[in-house]
Amino acid sequence: MAKGFDIRRQTGFATVAMACFVILYLPIVLLVVYSFNAGTSVAIWEGFSWRWYQTAWQNEQVQAATIRSLVIASWATVIATSCAVLAALATTRQGTFRGYTFVFAMINQPLMVPEIVTAVALLIFFAMIKVATGYTGLFYLIIAHSAFCIPFAYMPIRARLQGMDLSLEQAAMDLYGTPWRVFRRVTLPQLWPGILAGAMLAFVISLDDVVITEFVKSAGQDTLPTYMLGQLRRVVTPEVNAISTALLAISVVLVIAFFFLSRNKK
Amino acid sequence: MSDAATKRATRSRWLLLAPALAVLVFAASGPLLIVLIYSFLTPGDYGGVEWNLSWDAWFSVIMEQDFFTDEIGFADAHLSIFWRSIKLSLMTALLTFIFGFPTAYFIATRPKEKRDIWMLLIIIPFWTNLLIRTFAIMELIRAEGTVNSALLALGIIDEPIQMLFTEFAILLGMAYVYLPLMVLPIYASLERFDFTLVEAGYDLYATRWRVLRKVIFPLAKPGVIAGSILVFVPSLGAYVTPRVLGGGKQLMLGNLIELQFGAGRNWPLGAALSLTLLAIVMVALILYVRAAGNEEVRHG
Repeated sequence: MAKGFDIRRQTGFATVAMACFVILYLPIVLLVVYSFNAGTSVAIWEGFSWRWYQTAWQNEQVQAATIRSLVIASWATVIATSCAVLAALATTRQGTFRGYTFVFAMINQPLMVPEIVTAVALLIFFAMIKVATGYTGLFYLIIAHSAFCIPFAYMPIRARLQGMDLSLEQAAMDLYGTPWRVFRRVTLPQLWPGILAGAMLAFVISLDDVVITEFVKSAGQDTLPTYMLGQLRRVVTPEVNAISTALLAISVVLVIAFFFLSRNKK
Repeated sequence: MSDAATKRATRSRWLLLAPALAVLVFAASGPLLIVLIYSFLTPGDYGGVEWNLSWDAWFSVIMEQDFFTDEIGFADAHLSIFWRSIKLSLMTALLTFIFGFPTAYFIATRPKEKRDIWMLLIIIPFWTNLLIRTFAIMELIRAEGTVNSALLALGIIDEPIQMLFTEFAILLGMAYVYLPLMVLPIYASLERFDFTLVEAGYDLYATRWRVLRKVIFPLAKPGVIAGSILVFVPSLGAYVTPRVLGGGKQLMLGNLIELQFGAGRNWPLGAALSLTLLAIVMVALILYVRAAGNEEVRHG
C-alpha cells in the first residue's frame, strides 16, 4: 500500500469530531466566563469580578437550597448505595435464578421510564400520603432520589463484583470464616472501589435532578437546580452563572475521580 | 446442592434484594399503578380526583367533544403536541447521529492509550447538570445572547434573530444535551472494529465512501440503533429543555403533562397522557431489543 494512505481515515470525520468537541464545550465555557463578569449582562463582558459569587454566597435562598441539595444527595447516596451493594451481592456470581428478569427490570426501571412519568406518579402518590399523614418533610424527596439513584449505584458495583475472584472467599470459608466475617474481611475490601464509584454516581445524579424534585417538593423545598429553574423565568443575571459554575465544578471533579477509579481496575 | 441449601440460598438472596426492591416499589414502580387508576377517574375542581369511574381522560388524550355541538373530533391541540414531540425527537436522533458518528469513529481510530481521554471529554458534559447545559444554550441564542451580539457586531444582521422560544431552539438544545448518548454506543461498537476488513475493501478497489457504507457502517449498526433509541427516548419525554428553550410557547409532551397538574387541573388526563408517553417509550424499547437480538443472530 502506498505510503501516507491511512486506511482508517475518512474525509471530513476529524473536522466534524473537532467541531463536536468545540460545540460541546463552548457554551459551558462561555457560561463559566460570564460568571466572572463585572456587569449585569450574561453576554457583554465588562471586566473581571467575583461580584456574582459573593451575591450568590450571601443569597439566603441559595444558601438554604444548597444545604437542602447536599442533605438530600447525601441521604440518597447512602440509601441507594447500601441497597445497591446488597442487590449486587444477590444478583451476581451465582448464575441466574427464578425472578432474575423481574429484579433486573425493577432495578433498571428508573432508567427506562421517562422521568416526567415517574415525577407525575410520585406527585400523585405522595399527595395522598401527605393528606393522610400531614407530614410534608424532606423524606419524600430523599426516598424519591434514593430510588432513581439505585441503578446508577448498582452498575459499577455489579461490574466490580463480576470481575472479582470467587476463590478467595471460598478459601476464607474453608478456613471456617463466618459469612459476615468473610464478607467484611475478604469481599468488602475488594469491592470498595466499586462502592465508591457507585456512591459518586449516585451523588452526582441526585445533586443534578430537576424534574422529579420539581414535582415532589413541597412549598419552600427548593434544591439548587429547582431554584435555578425558577430563576430562569426572570431576567437572568450572572448570579445564575456563578451557581452553575459551582455545581459544574462539583460534578466534573466527581466524574473525573470516577473515571480514574473505574479505569484502574482494568 | 441439597434441597435445604438451595432453599437457604434463595431465602438469603431475596433478603439481600429486599431493601432495594422496597425502595423501588415505594418510590418508582408502585406509584405507576396509582397513575393507572387515576387515569380512569374524573378530575376534582381544585386538582386531585373524584372517585367516579370514567373513560373521559383516555378519550381526551386524542379526541375532543365540541362544547356547543357535541360533535366528536380529534383534539388538534394535543395531536399537534404529540406530532411535535415525535418529530423533534426523531430530528434530534438524526442530528446527533450526523455529528456523533464521525466523532465516535474519530475516537475509535485514535491510538489505544489516548481513546480513554477523548471519551472522558464526551462523558464529562453528559454527567454535568442537564439544566445547566440547557441554560448555557439559552444564553448563547437569546436575543441579547452571544450569537446575536456577535452577528450584530459584525454587521451581518441589523436586528437580533429570534431563536429562543422556537422549535429550532428545542431541537438545538436536545441535540446538545443528548449527543453523548449517541457517541457512547457507536464508539463501543467501533472500538473493537477489525480494520483489516477495511484494508480488504481498499484492496478490492473500493472508494472511501464505499468502504464506509458497505464495511464500516453495517458493523457499527447495532451501536447506531442503540444510540438512536438512547437519544429518542429521553427526547420524547423531555421536560426541562422544552420548558426553558420553548418558553411555554412550543409545548412538548412533558410540558403538556405538567400543565394538567398545574393550571389545567385535570389530573386524570395528565395520568392518561403519562401512560401514553410510557407506552410509546416501551414500544421503542421493545423494537430496539428485537433489532439488537436480530443483529446478534445474524453476526453470531
